[in-house]
Amino acid sequence: MVATPTQPCADVLLERAKAVLDQVCDPEIPVLTIRDIGILRDVRMDKDGTIEVVITPTYSGCPAMGMIAIEVELALAKAGIDAHRVSLRHSPPWTTDWISDDARQKLRAYGIAPPNKGSNSKRALFSDEVIACPKCGSGDTEKISEFGSTACKAHYRCLSCREPFDYFKCI
Amino acid sequence: MGDFDANTRFEHLLRLADTNLILGHRMSEWIGKSPILEEELALTNIGLDLIGQARALYEHAVAVSGEQGNRDADDLVFLRDAHEYKNLLLVERENGDFAHTMVRQLFYSAFAVPVWEALTRSVDTEVAGIAGRAEKESLYHLRHASEWILRMGDGTQESHRRAQEAVNALWMYTGEMFDMDEVETAALEAGHGVDLTEVREDWEHTVREVLTTATLDYPEDCWMLKGGRTGKHTEHLGHLLSDMQFLQRAYPGQKW
Repeated sequence: MVATPTQPCADVLLERAKAVLDQVCDPEIPVLTIRDIGILRDVRMDKDGTIEVVITPTYSGCPAMGMIAIEVELALAKAGIDAHRVSLRHSPPWTTDWISDDARQKLRAYGIAPPNKGSNSKRALFSDEVIACPKCGSGDTEKISEFGSTACKAHYRCLSCREPFDYFKCI
Repeated sequence: MGDFDANTRFEHLLRLADTNLILGHRMSEWIGKSPILEEELALTNIGLDLIGQARALYEHAVAVSGEQGNRDADDLVFLRDAHEYKNLLLVERENGDFAHTMVRQLFYSAFAVPVWEALTRSVDTEVAGIAGRAEKESLYHLRHASEWILRMGDGTQESHRRAQEAVNALWMYTGEMFDMDEVETAALEAGHGVDLTEVREDWEHTVREVLTTATLDYPEDCWMLKGGRTGKHTEHLGHLLSDMQFLQRAYPGQKW
């Protein structure tokens, strides 16, 4: 196969950018990468050779988004990829269903109960879903507050092992 | 009439954004004063969601108006005077006691959920994306408020009295939410808007269910005050803006 001289270079650069971005972690949940969570939507190269990184906000008010954009730029700059641009995409809206199974395991091991799948659009006015304790696995837990330490978490307590824990809320 | 030009589209986005911003700011006024620590986190998180939703809408509104070079989202927030704000009157009402804050939240969230849900079908994909996330966040806000109304209404004599007083005091500001004026009608016809008469049915059903469960009276029809969407505000908005905009007014262009 005959390629134009610049083609392999461009492919290599794009692959390197992707590899670098796969290492960028969420500033508030450092055991997860931005790809694990589903924040990193696309990495592509423009005609002029600029690497474009498309990220999507998680919760509307998540203050980590600015930080994540900076970390993406920093990671690319450190890897010597100067021509890059970060853009924000709102559609389709992010959902916790995009968090991979592997990432759910990592969350649990880190002490955060992972979001229940597909239960994010319930319209119940008063409800309580069963959240298993990430430490002992017991389903005997109670909600302390629907709003926890960050925009994406609710606060729970395990009634079996008595440990408080965070639950990654579904949206 | 029924013409959905760039100005009308901008106006429509501004109404949505302003309402979320002002309520978000009201939530921020609870910082350091909430009744319990968990509630401190809850109120500020709700405020954060609302301001985040507003920010996405302002940025989109600026892009739609084609004036990216002249103004940005911060300019819209910090450099407009009260009559240029298009938020609902309900959300500019002062926080009052905790019952007032929660009843206001119930009234607004019960409205916001069906509005965002409808906007997920907007022909404007950017708005549809923002709405998809906001709908789910609003469901949390609605549930949070509902649970508090239940505790207060069906709680002690005093909490019941205060919750009922808040319901009665805020009722006259709820009617304007469902007003299909020219802008709302044009937006609906163009596939950008929401049929607010349908939202009304949904809202009444939700609010009636919560109030009844909480042993509170659902108010009778009364005269409704309106004007927020056209820039006619109560005196509360000016006081809010004087606080929120102080820094940019006193030190124009200052950044963190």
